[in-house]
Order: sequence, then structure tokens, then C-alpha cells
Amino acid sequence: MGSKFLRGLVYLASAITFGMLGYVIFFILINGVRYLTPDLFAWKYNSSNVSMMPAIITTLYLVGGTLLIATPIGVFTGFYLVDYANRKNPIVKAISMATDTLAAVPSIVYGLFGFLFFVTFLGFQFSLLAGILTSVIMALPLIIRATEEALISTGRPIREASYALGAGKLRTIFTVVLPVAMPGILSGVILASGRVIGETAALLYTLGSSTNLPSSVFSSGRTLALHMYVLSSEGFHVNEAYATAVVLLLFVLILNGLSTLVSSRLSKGGK
Amino acid sequence: MATKTSKIKVQDLKLWYGDFQALHGLDLEVPEKKITAFIGPSGCGKSTFIKTLNRMNDLVENCRIEGKVELDGKDIYGSKTDINQLRKKVGMVFQQPNPFPKSIYDNIAYGPRTHGIKKKAELDEIVERSLKQAAIWDEVKDYLDRNALSISGGQQQRICIARALAVEPEVLLMDEPTSALDPISTAKIEELVSQLKQDYTIVMVTHNMQQASRVSDETAFFLNGHIIEHADTRKIFTNPDQEETENYISGRFG
Repeated sequence: MGSKFLRGLVYLASAITFGMLGYVIFFILINGVRYLTPDLFAWKYNSSNVSMMPAIITTLYLVGGTLLIATPIGVFTGFYLVDYANRKNPIVKAISMATDTLAAVPSIVYGLFGFLFFVTFLGFQFSLLAGILTSVIMALPLIIRATEEALISTGRPIREASYALGAGKLRTIFTVVLPVAMPGILSGVILASGRVIGETAALLYTLGSSTNLPSSVFSSGRTLALHMYVLSSEGFHVNEAYATAVVLLLFVLILNGLSTLVSSRLSKGGK
Repeated sequence: MATKTSKIKVQDLKLWYGDFQALHGLDLEVPEKKITAFIGPSGCGKSTFIKTLNRMNDLVENCRIEGKVELDGKDIYGSKTDINQLRKKVGMVFQQPNPFPKSIYDNIAYGPRTHGIKKKAELDEIVERSLKQAAIWDEVKDYLDRNALSISGGQQQRICIARALAVEPEVLLMDEPTSALDPISTAKIEELVSQLKQDYTIVMVTHNMQQASRVSDETAFFLNGHIIEHADTRKIFTNPDQEETENYISGRFG
């Protein structure tokens, strides 16, 4: 009796979760797909075609630039915290706490910080650079956390095996630990890109909302999410906003598929 | 009995984990090309001690060591010691089989590659020789590219032994190498160890007293961080000098 009731609850909970996700996707597709016209993918934006092409490319720039900076810093920080630092050192504890706190800060705070520091103080203006640097700060805690967890879960035995064969620390980390930790690290990187792709508040104040394709790191632009936000808040192009959402959804799906593929490849290999 | 030369000589070795003293001034000589077994109840310091012989305790935080451990007359805790070279000379097999999640071939080739061997032909030769030495070549020769984690625990442990042998050590430390294995795998490994002593000095920690009496030449009995007695295995198991040894081997405690 009790177990039947519990099982019912579990089914109900999963039905609600999947139902909501399904409803959101369904709703966006129904409202968006029919407005996906070739015009929306015109190379240049103007107020009549409201093309999202510049936004797609800006999104790629922004995510690419962010990962390029945040991945090495985040991964190496994770390595430092797990394999080099003394876990009981107060500085290490402080770094751990700082990353946890950073991960929980609302994105508008990052936006404001980016605006005051990168845009105003450093004089970057609304620009791709300011947007990328702000996203880096947001992505870092996620990547550090994921790296840390992935490294800790690789465990002591394979490290000991490597040391016992006379391998040094660097060789142990790069040839034994890293291949095992790779899927975990990668999922952190994907999570981070997901957060950057979905970000609006922090970018509104740093990347700006220019509709042009950025010509350099110092020009402003808008990402897909930002484009969607502006379209729907202006109220003239709500249908096109739905169409944009369809593309955004596709982006995220492709990203997830790619990460699954890459991590299954990586965990197989490694010499 | 033939005259024996000491491969490892330990003098007044003390070890602390933080404030806790785990080893209280141990003296021991390990004879060359023989099997020396360490027995004793859990927590008596035998595993801690074996790890001082290739400095694996360096990896433990707050671990402090005093005293001397000489390998071929050279103090391994001296300032000139290259730890990686030391560990190449003094190989280790652990309690739980711990192959890398790589192919069998790459597991064996990892050590030689670490020490600079790159030529495929040379590596092939080492892999084959090591797997043969570890008595597992016939079982895995057709699956060298298979992941080492996909084979059984007993086979994994022999892969680990082969991996340790691939760097051509002089001493092989084995920390309860069969405690995680079934009886058949255990028998295979015991037989293997008996053969390996022709070429290697072997130090083995074991919880299993029958095992110590079956395979070892000398046995040291540990209790509470002291070596109570160290003698020929036959003597330890038939006519020990100390009462504690007698009590332990007759199963009265531990």
C-alpha cells in the first residue's frame, strides 16, 4: 500500500517535470516554426525583416570567446585546488567558497559590475570584449566546480599506480587523470556555455544591443537571447521572437548532443 | 642455508601521521631475491611500513619520517634521491587492482613510456615479456587493445603486476595483493610470486597467514608499530621466540 502510493508520487513527479518541459517545447514550436521565414536569416538586419542572422553569429563569437578564456583558467584552477593545493589551507577554502558564491550571484549583478568596470572604468564601451569578459566571470565558477568534482571522483588509486611507476605529477595528471576526468570537465564547459547562451541581463549592460554584426571586439552586438528579449519587449515582433526561440532551442539541443558525443569519444581514448 | 645479501636495510625508522606515531623505531633487513612477508593485525603498521620503502608516504599529508632506509647501501631519504628513479627501481602492487582505464597494451607500456622508451618495436617486446612474466600473456594476447577494466579482478591484478614489472624494477612491493581476489586467482598469483623471486626481491604484506607460510622465505611479525619478530618463515610458524607471535599465528588475537 505504502510503496504503491510512493511509486504513484514518483510517477506523478516525473510526469509533471517532463510534462512541463514538453509543454514549453511544444508551445515554442507551435508558435515559432510557422514564422521561420528566409527573411529572418537575411545577412543584414533591418527593422522590417528583423533578421536574427547577426545575433546568431554574435552568439557564436561570444560563446567561443568566453570558452577560449574561461576553460583554461577554470580547468587549471580546478587542478590547482585538487592536486596541488593543501585542502586544509585557509586560502584554498576561501577560493572554494568564492567560487560557490560566484555561482549563486544573480546575473544582473554581473551585468552591473561589467558595466561599471569593463564598459565605464576600462572604457571598453558596449562591446563584444566587455560582454565576453563578463561572461567569463559567470562561466568560471561552473567550470571550476565541474573540474574539481571530476578530478576528485577519479580517485586516489590510479594516481598512486602512476606515481608508483615513477611518473611525475605532470605526467600523472595529463596522461592518467585528465582522460578520466574529461567527460565531467566537458559537461561543466557545456553547462557554462548554456548559461552564457541563455544570458540576457548581464549582457544587456555590457554587450549592448546593436543589431549589427560586430566588426571587432570593440563593437557592440546582441546574442540570440538578447535579440529575443528586445523583440518581445518592443512588442512589434512577438511572432519573430518565437521563431528566434525555436532557433535558440535548436542551438541548445545541438550543444547537448555534441557534448554527449564528444565525452563518449574521449572517455574511450587516451594513451 | 645460502649466504644472503641484504637489498634493503632499515634502521630505526619512525613515522608519524600528524601527532600519531605509527612506526616506533623499526630495524629490518630485506634479503635479495627472496620473499619477505609482513604479517600482523590490522592497523599494526605493516602497510604503512611497506610504503616507506618506495616513499609512497610522501603523498600523505602530515606524514613525517625519521630514520634510515637504505637500498643497495644508499639512503633513499637522502637529499640526492630522485624519487621517480627510486620508484622505478622499487615497484609496487596495491591491494585493490588499479589498472588505468586504458587498453591493456597502454597499461603495460605506460611505465616504459614514462621513462623515455618510444619505439613501437621495443614497447611491443616489453609488453609481451612483462605479460608473460606475470603469467597472463596467453589469456590476453589477442585482446591487447581491450580496456583493462573489462577483464576480471584476478586478471586485472596480474595486469598490474605486469605493469610494475615493465619498468624492470629490482624490488617488488606487494600490499595485500590477493585480499580482493577469489581463491583461484589468489593461487595463481601466489604461484607467480614464487617464480618471480628468481629475479626480484619481493616484499609482501598479507593478512592471510597460510599465504605467508606458503610463499615467503622470511616473515616479520608486526604489532602496534613494532616488529616483534623477524625470522625464517618456517621458524616463525613452527617455533617462534616471542609469545605474541605465538598467540597471533595460533589465532588467539588479530
